[in-house]
Amino acid sequence: MTTVETQLFQTEQEELISGSEAIAIACALADVDVITAYPIRPYDTVMQYVSKLKADGVFDCDFIVAESEHSQFEIVKHASAVGARTFCGSSGVGWFYAFEAITVTAGLRMPVVAMVGNRALDDPGAFGTEHNDALAVRDLGWMLYWVATAQEALDIALLSWRVAEDPRVLLPMAISCDGSFLTHSQAIVNVPTSEQVRKFLPPYDRGKLQLHPDNPITIAPQVNEDWLMEIRRQSDEAMHRSVAVIEEAYADFKKTFNRGDPSAFIEEYMTEDAEILIVGMGTLALPVRVAIRRMREAGKKVGFVRIKFFRPFPTEELQRVLGGVKAVCVIDRDYSFGSPSFAGVLFHELRSTLYPLEKRPLMLNFIAGLGGREIHTNDVNHMVDIVQKAIDTGKIEQEATWIGVRE
Amino acid sequence: MTTVTQDLPPVKGVKNIPLEEQFTSGHRTCQGCESALVMRLMIKAAGPRTIVLGSTGCMYVANTTYYSTPWVVPWMHTQLGSSGSAATGTAAGLASMMRKGKMKQEPINVIAFCGDGGGADMGLSAISATLQHEEYNLLILMYDNESYANTDIQVSGSSPWGANSTFSPPGTLHRIMNRRWKKNTAGMLAVGHPQVRYIATGCASYATDMMNKVRKALSIGGPTFIHTLDPCPKGWDYDPMYSHELGMLAVQTGIWVQYEVEDGKVTLNGPSKMLAKGKKRLPVEEYLKRQGRFAHFTKEDIAYYQSQIDVMWEKWWIPGVIPPSPEDD
Ligand SMILES: Cc1ncc(C[n+]2csc(CCOP(=O)(O)OP(=O)(O)O)c2C)c(N)n1
Ligand code: SF4
Ligand SMILES: [Mg+2]
Repeated sequence: MTTVETQLFQTEQEELISGSEAIAIACALADVDVITAYPIRPYDTVMQYVSKLKADGVFDCDFIVAESEHSQFEIVKHASAVGARTFCGSSGVGWFYAFEAITVTAGLRMPVVAMVGNRALDDPGAFGTEHNDALAVRDLGWMLYWVATAQEALDIALLSWRVAEDPRVLLPMAISCDGSFLTHSQAIVNVPTSEQVRKFLPPYDRGKLQLHPDNPITIAPQVNEDWLMEIRRQSDEAMHRSVAVIEEAYADFKKTFNRGDPSAFIEEYMTEDAEILIVGMGTLALPVRVAIRRMREAGKKVGFVRIKFFRPFPTEELQRVLGGVKAVCVIDRDYSFGSPSFAGVLFHELRSTLYPLEKRPLMLNFIAGLGGREIHTNDVNHMVDIVQKAIDTGKIEQEATWIGVRE
Repeated sequence: MTTVTQDLPPVKGVKNIPLEEQFTSGHRTCQGCESALVMRLMIKAAGPRTIVLGSTGCMYVANTTYYSTPWVVPWMHTQLGSSGSAATGTAAGLASMMRKGKMKQEPINVIAFCGDGGGADMGLSAISATLQHEEYNLLILMYDNESYANTDIQVSGSSPWGANSTFSPPGTLHRIMNRRWKKNTAGMLAVGHPQVRYIATGCASYATDMMNKVRKALSIGGPTFIHTLDPCPKGWDYDPMYSHELGMLAVQTGIWVQYEVEDGKVTLNGPSKMLAKGKKRLPVEEYLKRQGRFAHFTKEDIAYYQSQIDVMWEKWWIPGVIPPSPEDD
């Protein structure tokens, strides 16, 4: 490997950087081979940093500015087939513009790693965060992770290549980052050394799946009803296997870098004796934790579960944590119009997670923070009040409530 | 250029065409399919150290049935509008890994093909972008059977004026449903990407010429483009035994112009060169009347068609390549 080593990666360092910059640095640390960019806010800041790192010789990659998101994702898909480590990303409608490429990337089991800077699917015009863009891949065979801090963004990027490229998995992975709140907000991040990363992250080796004249295979022939079902089943099995691979990689991550949560899949906050558990994803963790601290001071038994991996979905862990409580308060930064409860995507996933339990908690849903609107601690209090009322009366008046909407 | 290209000298005469097949039995294209012949000649010319990427279309669907692929070389499907991106991604992956010492350094041909629907319509912007990347050695070959053939023959931006297709059937009120004139794809790409070292048109009826164009495109360096005209018995509605003849007629009537643009220099070649020098063109009717897709044409339609071909040869700056003619003096 002839990566240009710089001062930056020879000793562990603390840097004041944004989530986007943290992922750009992860690209350099992982010695990514092909990176494709196309401008759309807010994800594209990652590509601004990547291009600068390349320009300054911090690392060597083929950095291609594509003419559309569709091409952006197609280029890395094909680079991945010949054995190159890849990275790309998008936001909102850009992610949707690439959707054909995104779905075949998963169908072909190409371990592309992508960042989604969560953004509203405008029209009408909106740059702010909303989770529907990334959630749209939930059925396709992409692993999907929501980060909450810049440090986590860097760490999970490194984990992503390790898990995605593992021969037992070979599935693409998307790292979801709330627009602005994460992509553009700076925090202190511990940047590991290249040496540490090399220990944790082996080179990408496609083995007998590599498209090369020495290995003249045919990728994606016409299979039709003769074989498609078997091939879909293989993707399903790969997603099943990814759970153990994630656990293994996360344990190794914690050993190598000396940080991390007890679980790779969820983060628990004051859950032990909680009667009400709030569940959500991404940066809304911050106001929720603050609100919970204050409620705890007032004697209210409230806790929080942050779902990190949305795919594979941590069903058993969530059953264990949420199973015993009185009520579950799900915050969705997304919508699913016309869905069973006219509620959010996460809410429905959780309800189906908890359905098999003998003792099911009450479940209420709150649609909040769409289009990047801030979720304040007061909003969280308001949600918990509604949940408490449902517990007291034993009656749910309304399953899904939109928070802070002008009527 | 990050890697050197393969040394692929021109084939001198039919007898020197390599015997080895890289596109063999197993495909299920129609009898008389010229696009299948283009595939066979293309990969014969390129040889075994080649990766081929194929866009959706007849040359994917009819060619790569699981367990009976005809491709001896490594082959991968790409999306309908992605021939350009497939070529870029493959070439970039190889270049990056070779430069960083992750893969053995060697020149590997990268060819992405697409149909006229995939190339001239949907994939045009990706092809254009790919042609801007001088650092990657690759060839995009657009096989033009003048319709979206695989989905049951629908009109594309590369279909001829007036042609009958399942989206442009002649009717009692509208005899001519396709009022668009065929897009000038190779010319447009040559004019729009002057840094590209090689862009050519070809036709499998002139097999060695076509193969040598592929060889030049792969060895000259950087991104290159070839556009072939492929008679399609199903879509054009004629007896499969006439494919070869129809290709020749397209050239001899002047409807299809054979040329190369190499390092900014345009050369008309083969019969097209003779036509430019004044050899008489055959009337377009000779070509049109052989195909069912033009069976509804009236005398006026044929005269209109002829007039447009005459304009191309008499008024264009370079026939078949650059339309705007300089001010008449
Ligand atoms: C995005 C997308 N839209 C539509 C199709 C359906 N489709 C499959 S093959 C094909 C025809 C392509 O025509 P062309 O590129 O000219 O190739 P040909 O079939 O003529 O060989 C179409 C439209 C598709 N596969 N993908
Ligand atoms: S429809 Fe035309 S292009 Fe398609 S296989 Fe048949 S002859 Fe070839
Ligand atoms: Mg076609």
